[in-house]
Amino acid sequence: MSQTLSPHKVQAGTTEARWIRRSLIGLALTFMFLFLVLPLAAVFTEALRKGLDAYLEALKEPDAWSAIRLTLLTAAVAVPLNLVFGVAAAWAIAKYEFKGKSLLTTLVDLPFSVSPVVAGLIYVLMFGAQGWFGPWLQAHDIKIVFAVPGIILATVFVTFPFIARELIPLMQAQGNDEEQAAIVLGASGWQTFWRVTLPNIKWGLLYGVILCNARAMGEFGAVSVVSGHIRGQTNTMPLHVEILYNEYQSVGAFAVASLLALLALVTLAIKSFIEWRHEQELQASANTPPERPTA
Amino acid sequence: MTALSLAASAPKRTPAKVLPGFNLTLGFTLLYLSLIVLIPLSALVFKTFTLTWDQFWVAVTSPRVLASYRLTFGASLIAALVNVFFGMLVAWVLVRYDFFGKKIVDALVDLPFALPTAVAGISLTALLAGNGWIGQYLEPLGIQLAFNPNGVVIALIFIGLPFVVRTVQPVLEDAEKELEEAATCLGATRWQTFSKVIFPTIAPALLTGFAMAFARAIGEYGSVIFIAGNMPMVSEITPLIIIGKLEQYDYAGATAVALVMLVVSFILLLIINGLQTWQRRRSGATS
Repeated sequence: MSQTLSPHKVQAGTTEARWIRRSLIGLALTFMFLFLVLPLAAVFTEALRKGLDAYLEALKEPDAWSAIRLTLLTAAVAVPLNLVFGVAAAWAIAKYEFKGKSLLTTLVDLPFSVSPVVAGLIYVLMFGAQGWFGPWLQAHDIKIVFAVPGIILATVFVTFPFIARELIPLMQAQGNDEEQAAIVLGASGWQTFWRVTLPNIKWGLLYGVILCNARAMGEFGAVSVVSGHIRGQTNTMPLHVEILYNEYQSVGAFAVASLLALLALVTLAIKSFIEWRHEQELQASANTPPERPTA
Repeated sequence: MTALSLAASAPKRTPAKVLPGFNLTLGFTLLYLSLIVLIPLSALVFKTFTLTWDQFWVAVTSPRVLASYRLTFGASLIAALVNVFFGMLVAWVLVRYDFFGKKIVDALVDLPFALPTAVAGISLTALLAGNGWIGQYLEPLGIQLAFNPNGVVIALIFIGLPFVVRTVQPVLEDAEKELEEAATCLGATRWQTFSKVIFPTIAPALLTGFAMAFARAIGEYGSVIFIAGNMPMVSEITPLIIIGKLEQYDYAGATAVALVMLVVSFILLLIINGLQTWQRRRSGATS
């Protein structure tokens, strides 16, 4: 049908007629509005449906507080663990050649493609009452599943690849030259890492950390399997949202959900900032440094 | 200690390595990977071995489980296809056009990555339920989008949205405009240029994005269960079957279904890796 258009009607060689441009932009924005903006707006509207007082009251509830504390604790353990792993894995994979490297890279990605429910289940099979270590754990009165350690383990699993994934391509692209120069000049391995590698990867690292953190705080499926849903004890914020929602406490559920939505917005803001900084640095190194950035 | 012994079993290479830390980092990587991922996943496989083949087969092919596969795979397929279309559109608009608020729209694309799935689930349900902002206009027309398989598809579109956009966007940015100019000079219409020049360039990325969105949708749980209604045989997804079996202490049955899902996701992971390698090779060949 567009073939009937004669070539001279097409504006320039590499763009479309204005009405096509406008309708494509309109269609894309409508889709984004329906699928992203409306759900986000609905969270805050539903949370504030009965006014600000009811909203604040819902957040002051002791069960909500303990859910917030547990979520913060989980992220505070899971993110640093995966940070250390991510840096170590990226160092080994990006800086050296060895047999089985691509298999290792695939295995690092594996938790991304495993269903969260399966991720929770495997820890139940390991540490649950009928699991491999179940009898031993019971004899020693240690609780992992349906307790906080299980929640942390499941969270570590689902957020496992985030930081490594960010760092591996980055460190591969940067190569080994700068590190080798530092070593030849007499720096120790640690000095090289802290003074040479870390400054080069800091934005990628931060990027990985905030995404890892967002997932760690928001994980639902995996944590739901291992938590046992004991109010005030093993409920993270997303699980608390579910309980309140199923009890038809809409304002309470959306109030806690609004905190998680704020976390998501902050994550996106930091992410955009990092991308902006990274672009600035690229430009600064490509051109002569600008005297005064034009706003 | 353990880290060292693991590292020792790693293949040694003779060329002199200038950079230190190989044994330490690889050893730690393998140890941590084994403890967190490999050993727990092997527990799943070993637990399945406690079932006889017949028991396994009955567990993974009962009518209710089969219905859940149909829903999970069907809804994931539809959602991933919708995401291919709109993902390509959004990536195109973000790369090629300028409009007010483009930076914000670009940042917003990642919202499904950042927003906890449970929050997405309850908020989509609130929108689409009979008394919701959107649902109230659709219900008089006889259209129900919540508490049935439609809801599953919508939740899966939401969570898969960023994958296609984020895989296509960089490829479109790197695409050479000279090729399009050449096509136009040679008399191609804009549509011909798109379908014969631009589309083949982004096709591998589209396919990768499709596979990623599909893989993610298959395993998704949090956003779906609120909106699905979870009726057995009708709107019950496979991850929920696993949860249901667990709640009835049917560990073996849950494990059998989980193994099926694990195998599917592993195959998808290998396909995605293959696609990405293909895509890299193609973009390497053109540049």
